[in-house]
Amino acid sequence: MSMSMLTDKSITHPQQKSSSSSCCNTENVSRKEQWASLIGGGAVFLYGLRRGSWLGMLTGGSLLYRGWTGHCMVYDQLGINTKEGHFDRPGVRAQHGRRVNWTLHINRDPQELYDFWRELSNLPNVMSHLVSVQSIDKERSRWTARGPMGQTLEWEAEIITDKPGEVIAWQSLPGSQVDTAGSVHFRKSATGQGTDLEVTLKYDPPGGNMVAQIAHLVGQGLEDDLQEDLRRFKQICESGEIATNAQRPAMKA
Amino acid sequence: MKAVTWHGKEDVRVENVPDPEIVNPRDAIVKISLTAICGSDLHLYVNRIPTMESGDILGHEFMGEVVALGSEVKNLSIGDRVVVPFTISCGGCYYCKNDLYSLCDNSNPNAAMAEKIYGHSPSGLFGYSHMLGGYAGGQAEYVRVPFADVGPIKVPDGLSDEQVLFLSDIFPTGYMAAENCGIKEGDTVAVWGCGPVGQFAMWSARKLGAGRVIGIDRFPERLRLAKEYTGATTINYEEVDVFETLQEMTSGRGPDACIDAVGSEAHGLTLDAWYDLAKEKMMLSTDRGHVARQVIHSCRKGGTVSIPGVYGAFLDKFPLGVAFAKALQLRMGQTHVHRYLPMLLDYIREGELDPSYLITHRMPIERAPEMYRTFMEKEDDCIKVVLKP
Ligand SMILES: [Zn+2]
Ligand SMILES: [Zn+2]
Repeated sequence: MSMSMLTDKSITHPQQKSSSSSCCNTENVSRKEQWASLIGGGAVFLYGLRRGSWLGMLTGGSLLYRGWTGHCMVYDQLGINTKEGHFDRPGVRAQHGRRVNWTLHINRDPQELYDFWRELSNLPNVMSHLVSVQSIDKERSRWTARGPMGQTLEWEAEIITDKPGEVIAWQSLPGSQVDTAGSVHFRKSATGQGTDLEVTLKYDPPGGNMVAQIAHLVGQGLEDDLQEDLRRFKQICESGEIATNAQRPAMKA
Repeated sequence: MKAVTWHGKEDVRVENVPDPEIVNPRDAIVKISLTAICGSDLHLYVNRIPTMESGDILGHEFMGEVVALGSEVKNLSIGDRVVVPFTISCGGCYYCKNDLYSLCDNSNPNAAMAEKIYGHSPSGLFGYSHMLGGYAGGQAEYVRVPFADVGPIKVPDGLSDEQVLFLSDIFPTGYMAAENCGIKEGDTVAVWGCGPVGQFAMWSARKLGAGRVIGIDRFPERLRLAKEYTGATTINYEEVDVFETLQEMTSGRGPDACIDAVGSEAHGLTLDAWYDLAKEKMMLSTDRGHVARQVIHSCRKGGTVSIPGVYGAFLDKFPLGVAFAKALQLRMGQTHVHRYLPMLLDYIREGELDPSYLITHRMPIERAPEMYRTFMEKEDDCIKVVLKP
């Protein structure tokens, strides 16, 4: 399989100015709450790891972050320290978050793949963490994902580039629980058969770079999960189903 | 249903397990009528292949009757008698579309595991470890066959199960080994190992135009079969020096092509990553590294060495420098079974070969544990065991 370009460009950056200056000085989370966050966050983080859920790791990690630093992004959002307007901006700010990029070969024409991808409601069949993607209008859509411990994460995204058969790019809208942006390029393969698909995703989870770093240290969960998702996508495109060694349908197993 | 299950080193049992059902639209359920123990199953038997789990159902050489079909399988009907390739292939990826079925991108649900060791994942296999798919095998009453619209081949009436069963693996594997030799009319082809794959390789080499085929082994019965069924000249390596004999037979040039079918039971599972494990346990016969060296040493300059199956344990003893000095071509790999099925079935139908001559033991499936032992010890002139569920 030509998963040739699995690269990981974790962007290192000094602490977010807005949050680091406020959080560590103001300590807007009480001591008791801080411990609760540490314990709960650790559990959620581990749960995410065990389930191999990168979203779990990121959100769990963000609770850890809050516990460690005494800083809460949500409190931030509610009033403190909105000067820099992080939450007023769509997508992921430059120099923030974590970026994953990879390409793989899919033995289908670029236009076919584009059509599948552009029908956003198809994506939960492939992306294991997604519950649903609903179109609001031609550009905007509402994304629902499964968080750790069964909670739901939601965000709205808009398509910012759309060239049929070539590229789709999107970013989350202001006020999202998870700041995210991504793009998919569909290029005719140099082999003359099929498409070289390139996917780039960027996440700026609550908790910022530190959380991304933890996820990176503890495992390659993010890359591995997204790679498995893409593998399933390839399987659906090329073989019409997802390969399984199950002996019985899931409901009965 | 009854199934032959793996439970660790030299611990194979016949157990009752739940029947398989249709899971995916391209599945079929096949009721097994005949299945075989393969030499490569012995590597599982002695616990040399990693990622086996207790309770795994063994067996990758099997055939039977279609008893259930997924909604997307249009080319088969309930009641069809089919032989199933041991490699599982989707039919739609780059590799399948280019006739490289055993390299299918989409049939190994545990591809990530295989990629860690190989760099890339080959196709999934029936009954051959979780790293290679974790699929239940066919030494059972029923088997779930994924991508059933691509793999199984229908068998015409008038041919017995025993005549066609080996289309599932060893006949195509022997054929591909010969094909990989790039034989020109009149070539001399030497084959190390006169087990089932070696026998089919010798027969196929003749078919592909070899002027002379030389079979090398130490078991008199295998040498006799090679002579009788493939027209081979034979060398018993316990009696004469193989290298010198080969040079005498070829005026000092060496055979044009050499096939190493000694390790063929290992089915190309060459994983240098588990080299250490294999070395530590050294479960291969002691002379195998020697065979590989001898093959390369004996082959004529500019000749071809074909390896239908490689064994994991001697990569660092592989004489690459010798192969380089003699400008040899090396060809190898897991068999692209699907590619050969129609042609080989025709050979059987036309009566050119009846592969059932290799069968030495016919047993009910209940006796599988005992047969694994017999086959491993090569007792009782055991060459090929078939089991009836
Ligand atoms: Zn076999
Ligand atoms: Zn394939």
